[in-house]
Amino acid sequence: METSFALTGKGYLIMAADTTAARSIVKMKVDEDKIKTLSPHLLMAYSGEPGKYQFCFTDRDTIQFAEFVERNIRLYQIRNLYALRPAAAASWIRRSLAESLRSRRPYSVNLLLGGYDTATHDPHLYWIDYLGTLTEVPFAAHGYGSYFALSLLDRYHDPEAPLEEGLATLKRCIDEVSKRLVVSPSNYKIKVVDKDGVREVEL
Amino acid sequence: MNSLVERYSTTSPTALLRKAQRLADEEEEFSDAAWGSTAGFGNIVKGSPSFMVPNAPDPTAFLRLHTDDHADPTCRIKIQHGTTTLAFRFQGGVIVAVDSRATAGSYIASGTVKKVIEINPYLLGTMAGGAADCQYWETYLGMHCRLHELRNRERISVSAASKYLSNLVYSYKGMGLSMGTMICGWDKTGPAVFYVDSDGTRLKGDLFSVGSGSTFAYGVLDQGYRWDLTDEEAQELGRRSIYAAGHRDAFSGNTCNLYHVKEDGWKFIGNYDIAKLHNEGYGYDIRVEGRSSANPPEVATAA
Repeated sequence: METSFALTGKGYLIMAADTTAARSIVKMKVDEDKIKTLSPHLLMAYSGEPGKYQFCFTDRDTIQFAEFVERNIRLYQIRNLYALRPAAAASWIRRSLAESLRSRRPYSVNLLLGGYDTATHDPHLYWIDYLGTLTEVPFAAHGYGSYFALSLLDRYHDPEAPLEEGLATLKRCIDEVSKRLVVSPSNYKIKVVDKDGVREVEL
Repeated sequence: MNSLVERYSTTSPTALLRKAQRLADEEEEFSDAAWGSTAGFGNIVKGSPSFMVPNAPDPTAFLRLHTDDHADPTCRIKIQHGTTTLAFRFQGGVIVAVDSRATAGSYIASGTVKKVIEINPYLLGTMAGGAADCQYWETYLGMHCRLHELRNRERISVSAASKYLSNLVYSYKGMGLSMGTMICGWDKTGPAVFYVDSDGTRLKGDLFSVGSGSTFAYGVLDQGYRWDLTDEEAQELGRRSIYAAGHRDAFSGNTCNLYHVKEDGWKFIGNYDIAKLHNEGYGYDIRVEGRSSANPPEVATAA
């Protein structure tokens, strides 16, 4: 099932999301990138909220919202010649989601928004759920993986850990989910954002 | 409607009763020796005895929130829904750790439940699911373990004891039993842990966790587990895992009970308040206090 993780460290943020796109009991695709790069220092992982009738997929709705966010953040940058800072982007996304919630057909999408603030030199991570709950956290997870990873991160996360240690902690999360979750994802895409911008890494 | 009329009428039997109660309360002519006594007329003054009913507009609807009957309509009531229990085997024996919270729906019915059942000096059982089912059947199991000892002049193996229980609950399958338990102990083969549940499942293993908080406990337990843990490390891991579940799972918490089974039988290690564990270093905020992810460039300080 869909799972995404993110954690902060000394001057960086790591975000990981599984890469499966499923329909019913079938894996339709195993290399889907569910982390969007919104600006040079901003990442967003998106996953669908399993509804009453739908199973758990990042369906068209979810992607629609992610692309809507992506284009609007880009538009802001074009108009103003600078990108939104993580906190501002989070607020804007939360408001979009909250407005959608009371519409005829709300988007049901869970998000992790992570970025590096180049003005204050620190990473920021926001956990946003489909109801429009926004909270800033040092580490976060969505999906069934969160049941295993959150207690693990309570124990092992270190805000001052260097990148190698942060990736080792992320690996613990991924291994734990693989070990214990019945329908565990097979592959993850992992992205890091720091002062130099966004890059993809392998474990 | 009837109850409304009754409440406000002045001639109904309940109104007369209320009047009598009021008078009895104001009556101060009795001597001190009769204080609190109604001289055998208590049922007249206080009205007929009655059952306690939840103070809610519709008591049955309220009660339904706290029962299992959406899952099994024949099952009347079941507390102890949320729980975290764990047990693992390692070089130095078996560690058994449990929380102590009993919930009925969203209500914390108790914070001091003993979820480890001491079957005999060499066998422990854990309690998840129906408290009564676990308590009764594991005590019953203890009785049969003793009979085995008397008949065969040797202690029952953990494997045999757990199989006895699993066969027993299997014979009641579909009749509403609800238990998820770990039978732990030390026998001729060394330390042993078996998972037994009311579906009839019986599994031998090194490490199990059962209950609503089990995923959170597994998260910490799996990562810290090794066969060659020392006794202190193992006890710490059990305690830390129950803390993790108590912290993250709303239906687990209050305190942690820790047991260690060695060659010469089980030993109770201690009872630990989870809130205290949190404040004394297990809590994330306490652990990382003063640490920051900010990474300002060093040139700024030089200039």
